[in-house]
Amino acid sequence: MTVTLTDVSTGVGAPADVAGVGPALRRRRPPRPGVVVAGAYLAALAVAAVAPRLLAPGDPLAADPRVVLTPPGAAHWFGTDHLGRDVWTRVVHGAAHSLTIGIAATAVAVTAGVLLGLLAGLAHRFADEALSRSFDALSAFPMLLLALLFITVAGPGTISLIVAIGVATLPHYARVVRGQTLLVRRSGYVEQAITFGSSRPRLVVRHILPNVVGPVPVLAVIGLGEAILAAAGLSFLGMGPQPPSPEWGAMLSEGRNYLQVAWWISVLPGLAVTLTVAALTVLGRHWQARFDGRWS
Amino acid sequence: MAGSPLRPVLRRVGSGLVVLWAAATAAYLALLAAPGDTVDAIVGEGADTPQIRADIVAEWGLDRPAVVQYLDYLGRLVTGDLGRSYLLQRPVAEVIGEQLAPTLALALAAAGLGVLLAVTVAIGTAGDRRPWLRRASSGAELLLVSTPSFLIGIVLLSVLSFRFGLFPVAGAHGFGSLVLPAVTLALPIAGLLAQVLRDGLDRALDEPFVLTARARGVRERVVLLRHALRHASLPAVTLAGWLFGILLGGAVIVEQVFGRPGLGQVTLAAVTAKDMPVVLAVVTLSAAVYVAVNTAADLTYLLVDPRLRRS
Repeated sequence: MTVTLTDVSTGVGAPADVAGVGPALRRRRPPRPGVVVAGAYLAALAVAAVAPRLLAPGDPLAADPRVVLTPPGAAHWFGTDHLGRDVWTRVVHGAAHSLTIGIAATAVAVTAGVLLGLLAGLAHRFADEALSRSFDALSAFPMLLLALLFITVAGPGTISLIVAIGVATLPHYARVVRGQTLLVRRSGYVEQAITFGSSRPRLVVRHILPNVVGPVPVLAVIGLGEAILAAAGLSFLGMGPQPPSPEWGAMLSEGRNYLQVAWWISVLPGLAVTLTVAALTVLGRHWQARFDGRWS
Repeated sequence: MAGSPLRPVLRRVGSGLVVLWAAATAAYLALLAAPGDTVDAIVGEGADTPQIRADIVAEWGLDRPAVVQYLDYLGRLVTGDLGRSYLLQRPVAEVIGEQLAPTLALALAAAGLGVLLAVTVAIGTAGDRRPWLRRASSGAELLLVSTPSFLIGIVLLSVLSFRFGLFPVAGAHGFGSLVLPAVTLALPIAGLLAQVLRDGLDRALDEPFVLTARARGVRERVVLLRHALRHASLPAVTLAGWLFGILLGGAVIVEQVFGRPGLGQVTLAAVTAKDMPVVLAVVTLSAAVYVAVNTAADLTYLLVDPRLRRS
């Protein structure tokens, strides 16, 4: 899912071009309640990922045959699964898995995307054309199928998921950065730096790079949600972390066999994915709206 | 040639072909990068003697230089020959052909339903007429777009099939078995399309031509349907390629959830068995259709919007 609403409004331009009032001078409205809720959820999620024992002191792998398939209740908030493992504990401990894969995949995509986009924007016409067409070729593959192709070659597992999703989503960042670079390299301050004899590496690192990455962090927040969604889908298909690892997609896939008697095993981890992705999207759009004036 | 009306058309078709070639090459590189010997993959679990291995090398032409094999691969691709499955020992085109129908039915039903839902919701909630309805529907859209399709499928299954027994639990026999998979695949699509369409409608409603229409006393429904929707659907056409990717990728997951035969199941089986020719064919084909859909959308733009013909 590389196309979102954000594609439509991704502005290009350099901070130097901004005319009129900067964002600091604009009257700042208090954030909407949805944004606050999303932020609070993500903060709780961060706690779950870093220190899961604060929220769920138990062992996510501990099976207890006496409480198999217990519905959600006071003793087990999210119920228990077919082995008597506590679903709440597993969902909390699963946050680290899902977030790690999502963040690592986004980091791969952003790093590679920024470098390749910068390269394309700075390169001569022919090299730029070649790079841009290869971004097009990469995005011609549906993301899930590209990831499956990669997994056929590299085998299933966490690392495969990270690289596959990273590669599949990098054209998005590369295109934005390329567009920014084309604008910035013609700007007055770059010309001035050249006039004053700035070396080429220094020119790129000091003057161009800082001014082209502006829109990237906001895109990355929304992209993180998409990466987590994709990772959950691939894990569901059995291509990610293998059981008994408490990864959300994998948990859902395991619980599927007990759907008729115990919906909570599969539905609750799935809801964790939904809420995470929705919260990231809300936050990303909020920042996008706030910074819109700076990069358009 | 500069002034020829064909020039932008040729440019788009040309760049579509270049992208297609690059995609096929990337897929071929993946084949080369696959660890292990191709002969091992073809032998699989079967009988394994030096004689059989030599036969395989000769039959598949594995002793030729890599460049020759690559050119041969491209040549066969152009003529529609997708190679042979390691696992099934049958032409890939045949395997895919057999499984195309159920997936196509699923994708078309989902696309139709998704677009219909999106248009209805977007028209019902565009503008400032009913702010509460608008807020509720944006919330629902956000949740739909954020929900993994397998979760939607599982919830539908557990409520409608297991609890109430309204639809079959698995398989692809008749219309009843198509309903839940199609709805599952359609909902996330509807969520995103509705957002894009409503954005477009809102922008169109601010245009002077809408003011003119309203001033002439045109009814609000007609303003929306005849005047604004046309403008709003243009940016949505850009999403055609994306829509196709979601349909295919989503079909893999939905077929798995509902135990439906189809291209997705073939692909998953091939991924698990490391049956590269089948995976490559599915991936390359999907890229080809994506490029075709996108090029067609671009050309439609040229046809509809004369401003684009100049650049």
